[in-house]
Formats: sequence, structure tokens, C-alpha cells
Amino acid sequence: MTGAATAALPLPPAPDTPQAPAQRLPGDLVVWLLVLLELLTFGMLFVAFAGARLRDPALFAAGQATLDLNSGALNTVLLVSASACAARALHAVRASHSRAGARWLLAALAFGLGFLGVKSLEYVHKWQEGLDVAENTFAMLYVGLTGFHFLHAAVGCLLFALLWAPTRRGAYGPGNCHALETVTVFWHMVDLLWMVLFPLVYVLR
Amino acid sequence: MTARRINVIWAVLLLATALTWWLGESGSATRAELASAAIVLGLSALKGALIVLDYMELRHAPALWRRLLLGWLAAVVLLLLAASAWHAR
Repeated sequence: MTGAATAALPLPPAPDTPQAPAQRLPGDLVVWLLVLLELLTFGMLFVAFAGARLRDPALFAAGQATLDLNSGALNTVLLVSASACAARALHAVRASHSRAGARWLLAALAFGLGFLGVKSLEYVHKWQEGLDVAENTFAMLYVGLTGFHFLHAAVGCLLFALLWAPTRRGAYGPGNCHALETVTVFWHMVDLLWMVLFPLVYVLR
Repeated sequence: MTARRINVIWAVLLLATALTWWLGESGSATRAELASAAIVLGLSALKGALIVLDYMELRHAPALWRRLLLGWLAAVVLLLLAASAWHAR
């Protein structure tokens, strides 16, 4: 084979091996592009919420007074714990402890589902109280912002669920946990967004 | 990233959440005090930074991504702080 012939062959993709600590983006690049997109989208929603509040403080004060701070704080605890468990799952898999990794992943899923449950209860209460999403700017932004976030959290839970069986089977290991890294990055984004959403909607008046 | 470090960050995140909850509970955020809003948003920034740097592992990633995400966090927190300042004026 001549050098020119081999040079024309497409190279196989480089294996996902950890490089030197200084320069490695975990997971698929596509998820990072998605993260950027979502951060920008939610960023605009956050600013819209704060801006609308400035324009009608009384409306927002009234609306926020109907929100349950404790439920919001509990949800923060649940999301943060899900992130911690996801990080522990990845750490375990990288250390070749797939069974433990799967258990941590299940814990992350449990916390994530807990978040969805608490949030759903909140929506049910709001609906029973007669919250009308089209009624005013507060209702629209509250439902839009938290609802959009809810969808992302639900997707995150689905991803955890999908990866649980392969993780338990030992499909991932050190240098081969691209899918797991990708999913945990997505989840950490969900958590990151809530770190701003919770104070903005539930605390700051 | 060790298991211990993950746990320590978990504890810090929970503590920061408790602090934020307490500030909300105490009503100081409702009185629209700017200092309270600054502390609450500061805690958000801290929690966000820990998630970005350690959980998302951007501490050891190409600088571009670290700067993009931390830059987003700083911009959002500052904008919200400005909104609180405007409201409190």
C-alpha cells in the first residue's frame, strides 16, 4: 500500500480515552451545543420574568405570594441530590464499578422523579386554585418558565432510565462512558437552570 | 474528581440551598432589600459555579466552554441583580 492510498482512507473516530487533565470536554459535543442553546433560551425567559416583574410589581407580588417556598426549596434539594448521584454514578463506572454505578444512577432517577412529582403536585394545586395561564403575565411566565424546565427534567429522567440497564450490564467502563457522560451533562444543565429559577421565582420578590 | 469531592460539593449545595430558603422564609427578600437579593443571587452564582466546574467537569476542559458557561452565569446573575436594584430604588 502506498502512502497516498492509506492517506485517502478515512480514519476511524478516536477512542474516548481520557486525555491529560487540562483539556477534555466530557460527553458528546452535541449535548454541549444543546446546553448552550438552552442556557440562552432560559436566560431570555429569566430576564423576561424579571423585566415583567419590574413593570407590574403588584401583579407579581400577588402571584408569587401564592407560591410555596418550601416546595421550591424541596425541589432544589431533589435536583441537587440527583446531580450528585449522577456524578457518583459516573465516578463509579469510571472506576469499573458498574453495579454501584447503576445503583447511583437509580438514585439519581429517584430524586429526579421526586422533583417531577413535587412539581406536578404544585401544578395541580395551582390549577385547583384557578390559575389561568392566559390570564396575566405572571401566570404565563410562571407556567412557561417552570413548565419548560419541567419538560427538560422529564427528558433527563428518561435518559437516566434508558441508561440504567446498560450501565448495570457493564456496557460502560473507564475510557468508555461517552453516553453516560453525555446524559449526566444534560442533567447538570437541568440542575444549573434551577439554581437561577428557584431564587428568581420563589425567593426574590 | 473523587467520590469525597462529589459528596463535599453535594453538602455545600444543600447548605447554600438551606441558606437561600432561610432568607426567603425570613421575609427579607420580600421586603425587597437589595442586600438580601444580592446574597441570594450570590448563592445562586456559587451553586451554579460548582455545578459548572465540578459536576459538569469544565474545570478540566477547554477554556472556551468554561468561559461560556461561567460567563452566562455571571451575565444572568448580574442582570437579575440589576433588576432587583432597579426595583429597590
